[in-house]
Amino acid sequence: MNESRSVFQSVMIYAGALLILVWSAGPFLWQFSTSFQLDKALTEGTPSLIPHPFTLEHYYNAFVEKGLHHYVLNSLVVSLATTALCLIVGSLAAFALSRLDVKGRYGILMVILSVSMFPQIALVGPLYLLASDFGLLDTYTALIITYLALGLPLVTWVLFGYFETLPREIDEAARMDGMRVIGLLWHIILPMSLPSLVTTGLLAFITAWNEFLFALAFTSDSDSQTIPVGIANFTNQYYVPWGDIAAASAVVTVPLIILVLFFQRHIIEGLTQGGIKE
Amino acid sequence: MNGAITVPAVDRTPKAKWALPSALWPWLLLLPAFLSLGSVSFYPIVNGVYLSFTNRSLITQDNDFVGLANYAQLLADPPFWNAWWHTIWFTAVSTVLETLIGLAMALILCETFAGRGIVRAAMLVPWAMPTVVTSKMFGWLFDGQHGIINFILLHLGLIDQNVNWYGSPDTALTTIILADVWKTTPFMALLLLTGLQTVPKSLIEAARMDGAKAWIIFWNIRLPLLLPTLLIAGLFRALDAFRVFDLVYVLTGGGPADSTETLSTLSYKVLFSTLQFGYGSAVSTAMFITEGLIAVVFCLFLIRQIRKTT
Repeated sequence: MNESRSVFQSVMIYAGALLILVWSAGPFLWQFSTSFQLDKALTEGTPSLIPHPFTLEHYYNAFVEKGLHHYVLNSLVVSLATTALCLIVGSLAAFALSRLDVKGRYGILMVILSVSMFPQIALVGPLYLLASDFGLLDTYTALIITYLALGLPLVTWVLFGYFETLPREIDEAARMDGMRVIGLLWHIILPMSLPSLVTTGLLAFITAWNEFLFALAFTSDSDSQTIPVGIANFTNQYYVPWGDIAAASAVVTVPLIILVLFFQRHIIEGLTQGGIKE
Repeated sequence: MNGAITVPAVDRTPKAKWALPSALWPWLLLLPAFLSLGSVSFYPIVNGVYLSFTNRSLITQDNDFVGLANYAQLLADPPFWNAWWHTIWFTAVSTVLETLIGLAMALILCETFAGRGIVRAAMLVPWAMPTVVTSKMFGWLFDGQHGIINFILLHLGLIDQNVNWYGSPDTALTTIILADVWKTTPFMALLLLTGLQTVPKSLIEAARMDGAKAWIIFWNIRLPLLLPTLLIAGLFRALDAFRVFDLVYVLTGGGPADSTETLSTLSYKVLFSTLQFGYGSAVSTAMFITEGLIAVVFCLFLIRQIRKTT
């Protein structure tokens, strides 16, 4: 395609690419730089992208004064538990739909997918009452149970799509060897699906890590609140500590960005395979 | 995945085990998923509809069936219509912008150029960021006093004094739409890029040989083939934009002067500030119904388009 491109077109393409790069990464870089700048520098007349002088003050404030590590720990526990459960429940369901004789499998898949289109605000009220009845408010359990259901549609879809690409002959071979149904899943399908499991696990993790609405409604103290809720509450009534917020944001976002960049090829494939879902 | 498939040596017991409870197996495996989705999605939706017919309140402890009273109140409630219009406006503008800009990005990314991988990777940054962080970030970028956006615009001479972007009713919703566009457009671009890559290269090459201009190729070949992807992506975007919560709640909390109140934030406030679960459920049920309608309209349109092209 290259040879049929005029100079003008090439310039346009590179200009466009540069624009996309600045647009996507620019705001984050500015935020990241903010986290290393003194408050004084931030309110000065001339902003600078390079922190000068460089300070870790905001990170100190975020952890020591605002107890960011509590939120990080809560988020880690909730997100990891959600990921594990999503993978277990999702792979069982996807396996059944792909490999076993299920009547109306596509109907079931559609029903599972349709769940992801429910407005979550319509679920939060009734779930709050339910969690309250079971004494689950301010617990990890309420969040994990909820996030499992939020992550499940995408995980099931992507895994189903992947399982479908695995050849059917292996089922036959396993059966010849006298393997049970679960044996086929555990010893053969899952090991062969490792890349897909990593992608879907990461997607489930990100969903749980970033979720805000349910965490806001179900938790009320730093013993159970997750990072998004913690960051949302950073602002005090009199002034907005932009530097501290930027530091906390960096702590939450940088590991995620590294993970995503590392697995980007798989993620793009996974997302587009599993239909269109944020 | 390549090569021969080896089956690990496990206990070689008779074959019968596979067949024995075969009718029950799939349902047993699906059970955890059904239980999870049933208790956290289907039950609450049904329960929410039921609650919307009651005057359930956590303050007065009322819990009586009141029929359609909440809906009558809803239809006569100015804050509801205010939030309804904002939500529709937000959904329409952000979906259209994200689709158009996303398409432009996808068209650039489907060309080969040095550094394409980096650009594609950078595009995932906004998507991976928690929405709360995006909101706070935009709060800082668009800060009325020290925000970088004001600084840049002032120095470019586009404004002559600082604008209080999300603190003023005239600009607050626009700022929120911009934040949503930033966060979601790159992802839209990726989806459309996948769609563009399924357009056969030979078709485009042939057209180029015939001397067709780039925009003719786009208009006559790429766009028609991309249309189904475009519509589906647009539908999912619209459904997602319609339930916007985090961005608004964190950036403006619905203010100033309710100028950014959306159905989700209104519903959240009625539920958790006034603790009127009956009325709050009516608001969210109305949302659920509207969302269903959007989906149906889109699907009908999609089916018509697909019929037309085949």
